[in-house]
Amino acid sequence: MPQEYRLILKHADEPGYTPDIECYLRHGGYESLRKALALAPRELPDGKRMSAQEQIRDEVLKSGLRGRGGAGFSCGLKWSFVDRRSGKPIYLICNADESEPGTFKDRQIIHKDPHQLIEGMVISCFANDVKLAYIYIRGEMPEGAKLLNKAIKEARARNFLGPNILGSGYSLEIHVHRGAGAYICGEETGLIESLEGKRAYPRIKPPYFPAVLGLYQCPTIVNNVETLAAVKHIVAMGSGEYAKLGTPNNTGTRILSLSGHVKRPGYFEVEVGKVTMGELIFHENFGGGMRDGRKLKAIIPGGSSSKVFKAGETFKLKRKGPDGQMAAVDVGILDLPYDFDSLQQAGSMSGSGAIIVMDDSTDIVEALANVSEFYAHESCGQCTPCREGALWMSKALHRMTHGHGRKADADYLLHIAQNIQGRTICAFGEACAWPVLSFVKKFKDEFESRGAADEARHGSIQGATGHPTAASPGLPVI
Amino acid sequence: MSTPTTAELKPAPPPVETIRIKVDGRELDVPKTMPDWQGKPQPTTMLQACAMAGLEVPHYCYHPKLPIAGNCRMCLIEFGTPMMGPDRKPVLNEDGSPKIARSVLPYEPDAARGAIACATPISPGMELYPSSAATKQMREAVLESLLINHPLDCPICDQAGECKLQEYSVEHGQATSRFVETKVHKPKQVDLGPRIMLDDERCVLCTRCIRFTRDVAGDDALGIVNRGSYNSIAAYPGRQFDNNYSLNTVDLCPVGALTSKDFRFQMRVWFLKETKSLCATCGTGCNITAGAREEKLLRFEPRQNDAVNGPWMCDHGRLNYKWVQREDRLSTVISTRTGSGTWTGVLAEVAEVLRNAPKGSVAMVLSARQTNEELYLLNKLAVLCGAITDSIAREGQGDALLVSPDKNPNSNGVRLTGVAYTEMGIQIPKIAAGIRNGQIKTLVVFGEDVTRHGLEGDVLSRLDHLIVSDVLPNETTQRAHFLLPGCAHIEKRGTFVNVKGRLQKFMKAVEPKGDARPEWEFLGELLQLLGRPENFKSLEGLFNQMAKDTPAFAGLEWSRIGDLGVNVKL
Repeated sequence: MPQEYRLILKHADEPGYTPDIECYLRHGGYESLRKALALAPRELPDGKRMSAQEQIRDEVLKSGLRGRGGAGFSCGLKWSFVDRRSGKPIYLICNADESEPGTFKDRQIIHKDPHQLIEGMVISCFANDVKLAYIYIRGEMPEGAKLLNKAIKEARARNFLGPNILGSGYSLEIHVHRGAGAYICGEETGLIESLEGKRAYPRIKPPYFPAVLGLYQCPTIVNNVETLAAVKHIVAMGSGEYAKLGTPNNTGTRILSLSGHVKRPGYFEVEVGKVTMGELIFHENFGGGMRDGRKLKAIIPGGSSSKVFKAGETFKLKRKGPDGQMAAVDVGILDLPYDFDSLQQAGSMSGSGAIIVMDDSTDIVEALANVSEFYAHESCGQCTPCREGALWMSKALHRMTHGHGRKADADYLLHIAQNIQGRTICAFGEACAWPVLSFVKKFKDEFESRGAADEARHGSIQGATGHPTAASPGLPVI
Repeated sequence: MSTPTTAELKPAPPPVETIRIKVDGRELDVPKTMPDWQGKPQPTTMLQACAMAGLEVPHYCYHPKLPIAGNCRMCLIEFGTPMMGPDRKPVLNEDGSPKIARSVLPYEPDAARGAIACATPISPGMELYPSSAATKQMREAVLESLLINHPLDCPICDQAGECKLQEYSVEHGQATSRFVETKVHKPKQVDLGPRIMLDDERCVLCTRCIRFTRDVAGDDALGIVNRGSYNSIAAYPGRQFDNNYSLNTVDLCPVGALTSKDFRFQMRVWFLKETKSLCATCGTGCNITAGAREEKLLRFEPRQNDAVNGPWMCDHGRLNYKWVQREDRLSTVISTRTGSGTWTGVLAEVAEVLRNAPKGSVAMVLSARQTNEELYLLNKLAVLCGAITDSIAREGQGDALLVSPDKNPNSNGVRLTGVAYTEMGIQIPKIAAGIRNGQIKTLVVFGEDVTRHGLEGDVLSRLDHLIVSDVLPNETTQRAHFLLPGCAHIEKRGTFVNVKGRLQKFMKAVEPKGDARPEWEFLGELLQLLGRPENFKSLEGLFNQMAKDTPAFAGLEWSRIGDLGVNVKL
């Protein structure tokens, strides 16, 4: 029977579990940190010595932990890119700017178990020789910032933070920095700019890879809240045990945020890949099915920027057959295992783990207009394609949802979106283009019939001065 | 042909490490590193490599003298890299050539992935496709995006004719736009500072102005406010954008967003006659392009010379042209002795005075605003008359970027031609004493109001003969017995030597008014009247003779100075 596997959120929802340090310590808190700090250098068969830090980094790499923020990049590999010979300090930043629409997982950790994050951070910082770390928390989460500050104070009072942690000789400070309400601050280089006190304009890569030229032009690690919390468990249980959770290349647990037209929306921690999309939506342990009398229409699988799935879709996935050979297998949308690789092979992504379910009451044009408006509002405006294209798409969709659509608008939207993806400084280009590309491609009939109906009512509009709202005052409408 | 001066001779540069790449199918060896905006060697970029192949990659935000921003996306180009096998060795085609993997979007392998040429370094074996269909499509798309919210007000825009949005639209854009929505409206006629007006609707948000004032001028005055398509350039709240380099942002602005309050609405740029000249406001000698129409000066713009001013100049120098066409400019040649008002008549009288002057009775005060050629002729005249000569130092405030504390454009010319020695003005008290005690009876003044520099009116009134050449009236010119109206440097040709020893030439942009003539012309005639051979018919001949006679200029010829000048030994 598909069910939750609670590792990170093990205690979070237990009655009487509080975010203070006493409660955390009663539940075995900071034991993993003690273990990490007490690690002795290990002699390797070839005579080399592996320091405690190298052992932890190796454990994280072997655990297969993939970033829980959106891109799903190997955490251990990310750490291995850090320039450790530059002579400059190495910084670690916890990305707590959880803003992807549909996502509400990091706040569960921050609100209910902040010390778990602190512990994961201290271990990660120790493993990477970081002396100063930051938690960049979304501006709209003031309660979370308060809780984290309190947790840091408590941890410092007990010497889990600050100078000479637990007598190990290792010192670390963590500061909480609140954002001011911009989605783009979740993009790691935009976040770094913001943390430096500047406008959160993402940086060009090359040359500004955070692992080499990050915060204050120093090597920097940026990890998601959930990723850092997972590090604590990898140290606690060992990479081997951790990797047994989930499925190969998609190890461990993930907290999924399920929202939309299901009976039981909420967050669920599962072993990655052990639960299918259908189970997440319909099983009583998860979404509990569609609202009464309604049918599934569409699923946004990984936050609003991921490409939408249409009910009834099937995908060709590469699967290892019984003979050990890779073969293409037809998999229906509901049988799709919820993991990084399967969703990518199906043409979308698991992103931030936010599943938005839409039933047949949904007006797909209205839904896309809503998503698009968000991205038009949040585009930082640094680079041309996204700055101009995001608002362009939103305006077109606004026009369509206000009775002035055109049959040609479907292709018009595809054309705009095609010119954004892959041409921008950061992944926001994809984030604003992908919903449009996928919604329009998969529900093209709805866009076209709506446009056609408007044209039948108003006649078609042509050219820049043709649209009633586009004409300059005083100029004749052609 | 003479040989270049020793200062120009450099040891052969060490061999340059190169990378072999292909640009549009053509093989090319490009240096592994090239100078970045500060001149530091950095890995060569795709844009620099294409330039070496003779192909301009269109760009808005990139500027060779500013840090890279990478925001306009106009320089996106398709590229390919040698394919690597699992053994990390290059995969080969059947003919043995390396197989190239074209850059594609990881999630859409049919679509090309462009790289911004301004910031992406080249690597061995890389192939660049700046002319491919995919590259062209990327450019079209960026231009379409830049134009959807642009007001398209070219007919009333000052930038028209020198606008990169216009130029690239013609060269790389599409004839039509699909845009049918309402345009974004933004602030217009934003008063950024005393010299700059901003139209936010025309702005393409390339941030050149922001980077210039922050990273070059050292005044972090500009930034972006609002978000997304509503982004607008603005000065820091409560602050004026008023540093002495602000007008460079008008040059940098690739579109008509930033305009000069001085030049806006004055003239369509294609009507301007452009002349290579110099700024004469201080000793730096920034290279300029003077824009004029029908003998009216309309603007100065910096002309790039990396040995002097780079692509910049200060606002003060840029706007220091209006006096040239002042109504009260001296434009009449006159002798108060005879009332003669012709050059032949007045020069004959002056020659008579100088011919009859006993040795030791003539002094000359010659401005460091005169050209080398004029100073050379004046020095000949001084030798002929046995005259004592000096010049006037002009000290002021300098800055760390371009402005020199020496406010004369040709102090070194004064020294190198022998008019004055290292310290200017030390002879002035001696001249004043000579006039007072009656030993000096004739004073020749070129380009200075000596009443403000130690030879006051009561001193001048003791002279028998005061021969003055200048361009604007002052107390000295009012007291002159012989007034020879001269030219502003922008009205004539000549050379200056800047504070660092750079000899630079300048051309004539506009005609002088009335009787005013280039000083070298009438000085030649005067010398001829005095029996000397130095009446040159051309400035070229004069310069070449001066170079032969002046040790510091040995070996130079007018035709070999070039637009950017040469270094001379100080």
